[in-house]
Amino acid sequence: MSDGGHALLVDFGSTYTKLRAVDLASGRIVGTGQGPSTVTTDVTVGMEQALADLARRLGGTLPVFRHRLASSSAAGGLRMVTVGLVKELTAEAARLAALGAGAKLVGTFAYSLTAEDVTTIEDLAPDILLLAGGTDGGNSAVILENAAALSVASIRCPVVVAGNRNAATEAKRRLEAGGKPVVVTRNVMPEFGKLDLEPARDAIRAIFIDRIVHAKGIDRAAGMLDAVLMPTPAAVLDGAQLIAEGIEGQGGLGPLVVVDIGGATTDVHSVCSGEPARSGVLVHGLPEPYLKRTVEGDLGMRHNAAAIVEAVGPARIAADAGLPAERVAALLALLADEVERVPQTPDEARFDRALARAAIGLAAARHAGTVETVYAVTGPVTVQRGKDLSAVTTLIGTGGALVHADDPADLLRPALADPSAPGSLRPERPRMLLDRHYLLYAVGLLRAVDPAAALALGLNHLDTLEEGCHARHRCVS
Amino acid sequence: MTGRTLVTGVIGSDTHIVGNRILTMALEAAGYRVVSLGALTPAEEFVRAAIETAADAILVSSLYGQGELDCRGFRDRCVEAGIGDILLYVGGNLVVGKQPWPEVEKRFTDMGFDRAFPPGTRTDEVIDILARDFGARAEPVRSAS
Ligand code: B12
Repeated sequence: MSDGGHALLVDFGSTYTKLRAVDLASGRIVGTGQGPSTVTTDVTVGMEQALADLARRLGGTLPVFRHRLASSSAAGGLRMVTVGLVKELTAEAARLAALGAGAKLVGTFAYSLTAEDVTTIEDLAPDILLLAGGTDGGNSAVILENAAALSVASIRCPVVVAGNRNAATEAKRRLEAGGKPVVVTRNVMPEFGKLDLEPARDAIRAIFIDRIVHAKGIDRAAGMLDAVLMPTPAAVLDGAQLIAEGIEGQGGLGPLVVVDIGGATTDVHSVCSGEPARSGVLVHGLPEPYLKRTVEGDLGMRHNAAAIVEAVGPARIAADAGLPAERVAALLALLADEVERVPQTPDEARFDRALARAAIGLAAARHAGTVETVYAVTGPVTVQRGKDLSAVTTLIGTGGALVHADDPADLLRPALADPSAPGSLRPERPRMLLDRHYLLYAVGLLRAVDPAAALALGLNHLDTLEEGCHARHRCVS
Repeated sequence: MTGRTLVTGVIGSDTHIVGNRILTMALEAAGYRVVSLGALTPAEEFVRAAIETAADAILVSSLYGQGELDCRGFRDRCVEAGIGDILLYVGGNLVVGKQPWPEVEKRFTDMGFDRAFPPGTRTDEVIDILARDFGARAEPVRSAS
């Protein structure tokens, strides 16, 4: 059990500085506060305003906080570049590790880096570069060649080496010869077809705490906080894991999926093995991480509204919104001019609903695995690629579009399995929950110091949507 | 340990796994590091695995009679991927029905396989020939272990 007192959980976001004050004994939110994001100038300004907002809502005074923890996605997030050897193997493993660490991937590379690739990486100026390549005892030529190419590049960021262990020391030597800070960790793919992502994830998180927080100026708020622990997406994934697994003596909700729809991207997190739910299915391809995060950089409600419409076709958006095609085009143009726009007319609300449904459906389908039937000479064989989410029991939705919707369940439903697309292994009959108070990140942060209170916080405040009936009733009333 | 890495697997939609398993176990016992891809393995998967593990040879099994189709262009794939000089073997029941072995063998060596093996080839024969071929190539061990 928790010893009581309060915790302050902070998210330095790209637009807002958000606070959640939590009572540890009950695991309940006692207040929230919000200020602008001021990381690019002085992070403490937005933090002060958010604290003042929180104090006002708490009746003027702030409690003494036992824990003050923060995550950050401000200043572009944790911008990472990953480099591996074969695109579908170590390059993919490196990508998965970086996403799991909460990074924003700005570039992914495979095979030998060309001079153009190196220039691209220099222009991207990532916060951290993850260098993989080769299984242990496998190919060492390419990772060494890439280390040499990067050592003379103008980048100054730390490099995490997580490739062939037989080449790691030499790769480190080459990078250090070029003045790059290097951390060597275990190979993301120690054997062919085996993933080991945790060591690389841990190394990335450690660098985030030790260096990136300072580099981004977030440590100016050091006096107001105990620690800035991780990038916000990593906190969400940690929170989701805790809610799925529970703790000793208090079970969690079991295998789950989180869909987080934002203005620029849609993130999907899954906490489950992803093994075939049915027997007799052959699994192909890279093994899947138990904790998996995907980011759809082309699916966002505002910055990428046009990309969503393009991805599913204007006709489908128009049909789902019940609007004529010309109206859809006009509303889209409106959003292009004003990315902060909140729906103001019934038409805009219907358009937003259709956009969200399309983005959620696509993002879930891209995250989920697929099955296809291969006709071998003896008869059909079912081959699965990616994670089978069909037996997932909980689907959590979060993000502005869902939180502000009249009927969030209706928006989330496209994330579910669809009889007309049996090849897509999406959740079949999960209970649907809404993170209305945007607290998954807070659950993830609090987990680091008080898992019991963190779990209670999640279980207390996630609203059950019950297949949308609640929301629909409220809608008609 | 020989310090050599081999990739094995059954190509295409072929599910005959028994011989490939026996061969893989025998090669491991002979001191090779074997990356075993199992049944139903697409051609590109052999090549990807060989690159990442810096394999010295790929041993392709085909039993169900469609080997000729599945193996077409195999050497070209390797050349394309930068491992054009890798040792390539193929074995099993390579073609449908009884056809003169020299003709079958030639069809596969023309595709770029260094050697093709007739049905019923024993594992100790394979191990002897492998050792000889690696010796003849007399190149340093590629794997960095
Ligand atoms: C068992 C078996 C099956 C089982 C397979 C079970 C399994 N999952 O493994 C089942 C019933 C599923 C099956 C199905 C079919 N089978 Co079947 N099957 C056999 C059988 C009887 C034995 C195969 C076996 O395991 N042999 C034992 C192992 C140890 O020997 P091996 O595989 O030859 O391997 C040895 C060597 O060849 C060598 N080797 C193997 N690979 C390589 C590779 C290299 C590089 C080297 C150097 C050496 C090497 O090493 C091994 C050790 O000595 C053979 C007939 C036979 N007696 O060979 C037919 C046989 C292979 N099957 C055949 C056929 C036609 C089929 C089917 C198409 C039947 C159908 N119409 O449904 C399907 C195809 C399924 C598919 N999609 O793959 C034919 C193939 C004909 C051809 N090639 O022209 C055969 C030859 C029977 C026949 N005479 O007609 N089959």
